Amino acid sequence: MVSVAQMFEASDYLMSLPILLLSIFALGILIMDLMMPEEMKWVNAVTAFVGVLLATCGVVRIQHALDLSHRTWVPAFVGSMVIDHFTLYFWYLFLAGTAVAILMSVHYMDEEREQHGEFYALMLFSVVGMMSMAAGFDIVLIFIGLELMAICTYVLVGFLRRDRRSNEAALKYLLLGAFSSGIFAYGLSLLYGLTGSTNLAVIRERLTHDLAQSQNHADPVAVLALVTVAAGLLFKIAAVPFHQWAPDAYEGAPTSITGFMSVAVKAAAWAMLLRVLGMGLYPLRLIWVPLLIFVSLATMTAANLAALTQNNLKRLLAYSSIAHVGYMLLGVVAYGSAIENAAMTDGVKGILLYLLVYTFMNLGAFAVIASLRRRDVIGDDIDDFAGLFARAPTEAVLMLVFLLSLAGIPPLAGFWGKYFIFLSLIETRHYALAAVAVLYAVFGLYYYMRIASAMFMRQALDTEPVRAGGAMWGALWVSLAATLAIGVYPEPFIRMVNWSLNATQNPAFANLIK
Amino acid sequence: MQNHILSIILFTPLAGATLLLFVPKESKHAIRWIANLFALAGLLVSLPLVPWFWQQRFTAGFKFVEGTANNWIPSIGAGYVLGIDGISFLLIMLTTLLGWISILSSWTAIEDRIKEYYVWFLVLQTGMLGVFMALDFFLFFVFWEAMLVPMYLLIGIWGGPRKLYAAIKFFLYTLLGSVAMLLAVLFLYFYNFHQTGQYTFSIPALYQTAPKIFHDPAYGVEYAMLLFFAFFLAFAIKVPMFPFHTWLPDAHVEAPTAGSVILAGVLLKMGTYGFIRFSLPFFPDVVMHPKVRSWMIALSIVAIIYGALVSLMQKDMKKLVAYSSVSHLGFCTLGIFALNPAGLSGSVLQQINHGISTGALFLIVGILYERRHTREIAEYGGISNVMPLYATITMIMFLSSMGLPLLNGFVGEFTILQGTFMENRTWAALAVLGVVLAAAYLLWLYQRVFFGTVTNPKNEKLLDLSAREVLTFVPLIVMALWIGLYPKPFFQILEQPVNQLMATVRPNYPGASLAHASTPAASAARTGGQATMIPAKGSN
Repeated sequence: MVSVAQMFEASDYLMSLPILLLSIFALGILIMDLMMPEEMKWVNAVTAFVGVLLATCGVVRIQHALDLSHRTWVPAFVGSMVIDHFTLYFWYLFLAGTAVAILMSVHYMDEEREQHGEFYALMLFSVVGMMSMAAGFDIVLIFIGLELMAICTYVLVGFLRRDRRSNEAALKYLLLGAFSSGIFAYGLSLLYGLTGSTNLAVIRERLTHDLAQSQNHADPVAVLALVTVAAGLLFKIAAVPFHQWAPDAYEGAPTSITGFMSVAVKAAAWAMLLRVLGMGLYPLRLIWVPLLIFVSLATMTAANLAALTQNNLKRLLAYSSIAHVGYMLLGVVAYGSAIENAAMTDGVKGILLYLLVYTFMNLGAFAVIASLRRRDVIGDDIDDFAGLFARAPTEAVLMLVFLLSLAGIPPLAGFWGKYFIFLSLIETRHYALAAVAVLYAVFGLYYYMRIASAMFMRQALDTEPVRAGGAMWGALWVSLAATLAIGVYPEPFIRMVNWSLNATQNPAFANLIK
Repeated sequence: MQNHILSIILFTPLAGATLLLFVPKESKHAIRWIANLFALAGLLVSLPLVPWFWQQRFTAGFKFVEGTANNWIPSIGAGYVLGIDGISFLLIMLTTLLGWISILSSWTAIEDRIKEYYVWFLVLQTGMLGVFMALDFFLFFVFWEAMLVPMYLLIGIWGGPRKLYAAIKFFLYTLLGSVAMLLAVLFLYFYNFHQTGQYTFSIPALYQTAPKIFHDPAYGVEYAMLLFFAFFLAFAIKVPMFPFHTWLPDAHVEAPTAGSVILAGVLLKMGTYGFIRFSLPFFPDVVMHPKVRSWMIALSIVAIIYGALVSLMQKDMKKLVAYSSVSHLGFCTLGIFALNPAGLSGSVLQQINHGISTGALFLIVGILYERRHTREIAEYGGISNVMPLYATITMIMFLSSMGLPLLNGFVGEFTILQGTFMENRTWAALAVLGVVLAAAYLLWLYQRVFFGTVTNPKNEKLLDLSAREVLTFVPLIVMALWIGLYPKPFFQILEQPVNQLMATVRPNYPGASLAHASTPAASAARTGGQATMIPAKGSN
């Protein structure tokens, strides 16, 4: 039993420094916004950006403290939070994605005439939620983080009040999201009932114990808990058959929020999935591995086929992001079915690297779409991209790079995500799955190249030049630099991922290997 | 400089492309000059390789090796390692030569968006050179894939009426093969790790372990065959072998002239190069497996005859040349899977020959097309009256392509057929039909286009070749005559790598030397002294 004195550690405040900073900045923006005249609203964006930068400094500080203490992980708040390299990696990832999304939003929200302070405050709050999800080691904290993030995102999706698509998207997302959260909470409560604890480590231990007691015959309640929890998790990462919300939400949301959702929100859902399935429910892997094989096959099939015929770019990228989830799920399959230590981490390594490269290439693609937005043109139809090279050569070339990277052509970043997933599949002898996955990668190339051929090989329907603002250019160049750098010289990034898994000592992955 | 010659050759075109990015697109003249200068520079920097390589032509192993294994991405074991042997040396020289010729030939043919055109072309050139130089499979794969993008854009932007379809078909088809190859190589990578405890994509390292899969009780014949098939898919699509050839006529017909020259001259060779560089030494027991081998031979012979028959029926000149490529590449794969020194060295030489002759044929078609904007054979007739110089050059290149003695095609085809004959007389007898048919479709084409009187009034005022156009043909004719009259240096260059391959694939082959390349005694002495990088199988 933990004594009361032990429950209050001063280090807890250090460990939650970025979370606190972001919350303070978000609240500050809400207050400042009231006093801000209409033409000064961009200050909110600057404030949010500074908040993200300071939060990043906070993460660096934590990393430093961790290094000094020669530990790879510390618990905080009586073990409900775990700060390890895995957490820090995701925190960096969320902050990077958010920073680029803020850069994208400044000009775009001006064009939409919806430049309000709440927008940035909600973004920061949702990052707070994400950080809790990644750091959470207790299902209650994870759930609270998830809800905080989700509620902020519902509002952000519907932020274009005058746009019916945006309203529709927000409502759909809210209803389905609330429903799935309910299922998820139901599963979590079953888990609590089964194991008597909300801590993932304890849950894992009890489940292992129970399985050993019953000669590997899983308790039907445990299976029910697994299935409901998995359904909730799969909904959040938008895997088939829980993906229907994604194309609508992505299409209707403001483009910068679509980018934000497809990278940061999704990365948070992945962090949660890896923690809950990979850690807490690891003993039940014999059940969830076949389940995930089925889900990933269905996801790749449905998303790739649906993407072939899309004419709206945001919808197309929504389906493409579902397809990417399908590939990433294969990494979990490899992790769950691996027997060797190295093979296990390779699957997760693939997912982490995938999320990193996906952040930049996908945000880059959305930034190009957002930069086409003008007063009267939505700029997200494939026809709006016709002859883009003649109108805006730089944007067109950048888009080509992002699309090729999404398609996984070396030497661009996207290739490395797929590479590690395929690698882990071959390593764990899932040859047939690997063959199917590469086949779908070829499908992927087709729909990405449809956009490329519209940009480069068709005549422009619209001759007005594209004018992107300074911040937008910042977002584009950052995405491009990352996509190229990771692609051409991935060594430091692979090391970073290895560092984040830190396989020998990480509580999330390491002590499973016994 | 000798240590970095390969990097210099590799990156000269890319440097040109980078420089071009900073030239404003309005100054067309400057763009053309810069692109041509860099293409010429690319050829010139590769010339010192000729004497340097010649000195070490009998030395074993890869030459001019640059970089050490795993120096690029140590975490996964990929390295920036370059190096060449006789086979890649010849293909690199062919690439730099054809690259320069194609860029020179585009001077007037491309009027639209020329800056992009030259940028992509130069990028393509670097990609192709990298494929032939890489000694690390990962590096090889990066070049192999990256090169698809510029080719896709070249076909898709500057192509003919069905360019969009042709471009995406080319891209998808090739990608399908290469991802299959990636999976297979990942398997080899892990196999190598289990054997040696090292993660590496180094090709010489994989040469040591990959052949063992066949005899490994944990995997065995089925796995080796499956892996061979994955590699086969990638290379057969690229060659293209029958029945994977359907992307080729589309891509060729729609591509701009220079694109076709590079496509036929160099890109297709990547497939045959892949067979020689990877399939044979990785899976020697599979290729020697009678079933696999007879399938490969059968597909080659079908390609030879089918390609020739389809060529015979074409109404479009470019399509005719495209299908003739299928037939000629059939000879190259036939030579490879004959699996004897004559077949293998004949095959490599025929690859060079095909680059020279078919490259020239596409240029020839392009010249008429540029003047008349049609490639219909029926539109022409009696062209030799108005364009005598053009008609002469065309005759030389047609004869070279159909394999007339004293020209290059003869030497290549003859050696391949000799190698095939030694293995199986029926195969050779069937393949010979391709030579006969080649004479038929080429001479018939020549007759319809060049002989007779000018029947179509539009053809009366056609201009003969300009000095620039003649210049594009001169090196090709010189090479065709050289190979045709005195091929010995080429066979000498090929001797060492071919013997090395034979030592891996058929260590028991009697008299592993080339009777017509050098004296048997000298050859035997050399082979004896070779500390091969590819060990004979079974010698662990």
